[in-house]
Parts: sequence; structure tokens; C-alpha cells
Amino acid sequence: MMTQEAIIEKIKQAIPDAEVTLRDLTGTSDHWEALVISKQFHGKSKLEQHRVVFDALKEEMSGPIHALTLKTLTP
Amino acid sequence: MNSMIQKQIKEQIKDDRVVLYMKGNKSFPQCGFSARVVDILNKHNVDYQTHNVLTSADIRSGIKEYSSWPTIPQLYVDGTFIGGCDIICDMEQSGDLEKLLNQTTAG
Repeated sequence: MMTQEAIIEKIKQAIPDAEVTLRDLTGTSDHWEALVISKQFHGKSKLEQHRVVFDALKEEMSGPIHALTLKTLTP
Repeated sequence: MNSMIQKQIKEQIKDDRVVLYMKGNKSFPQCGFSARVVDILNKHNVDYQTHNVLTSADIRSGIKEYSSWPTIPQLYVDGTFIGGCDIICDMEQSGDLEKLLNQTTAG
């Protein structure tokens, strides 16, 4: 389980310019949907864009976050 | 990940052109994300092999380490990691998945 603010904080540490919108898919704070918008995604494939976000949440993905559905965009 | 698991994974993704690491199997997917990718693959006229990560904790963690991707399912084509559910859904919508699956490998 994790709070929305903690997840956003962790993503912003790795992607400082990121605009992050989160939705709790199950109300149990462990299945999330995230929209992440960042200039850092320019020139990256969707796979690489998602990997940047997953790498920012490396520890959390093997613990408190059970599922994370991602949408990544450039501004 | 020990080298035996790594070797096993390398063989698995080499043995078949399209390989899906998932929870459950084609007939009984045991997670919504895995089920969605199975549905998508079933629409394409392509044979694919599945591996049920729920039957092997080593493969379940090993495949995540192999691709440095933390979630299941994971799709491989021609031995290359293509993506998880989100990526496959995007590729299905854009038509990129159709192109990839129908691409004949050279040689």
C-alpha cells in the first residue's frame, strides 16, 4: 500500500518536470493507473518511456504497488 | 537470477517466435492484464507459446530481471522483449502489433 503523494514524489525525483495524475483502480492503494507527461520522453519509444517510470518506482513495484497501468505522453 | 534460470529463459524465447510470460494459461488466464494480452494475440492469426509464471517463482522473478521490467505479462517476439499489457494494447490500436507479428523474419 502506498499513498498517492508518495508515488508522485518518487516519480518526480526521477523525472523532475513530470506532470503526474494517478487513479486508484481498486481503492486499496496498490493497483494504480498513472498518466505521466514529461519532456524527458521525447525521442523515446513507449517501452523506454514506461521503463523510465518503472525504474523510478523500482522498489515499490516489488512491494506496495501490485499493479501499475501507465500512460506516458510528451507535453 | 542464477544462470540456470537465465539459460532456461533464453531457450524459451528462442524456441518459439512469439512467447508470452503470463499468469495462468491461454485457456485460463489468472489475471486481467494477462487475459487482455491473450485476447489480443488470439485475434491475430499467430501461434504463440505461453509460460505460466505462477508455476515457477524462479521464472516469475527471473523474467522481470531478464527484461528489467517489473510486471507480468511480458511478450517476446523473435527473442526480443516487446512489452507488457499497456504497450501491447497501444501497439494493437496503432496497428504496430499486426505489422510486427506478420513480419517474416529474414533467413
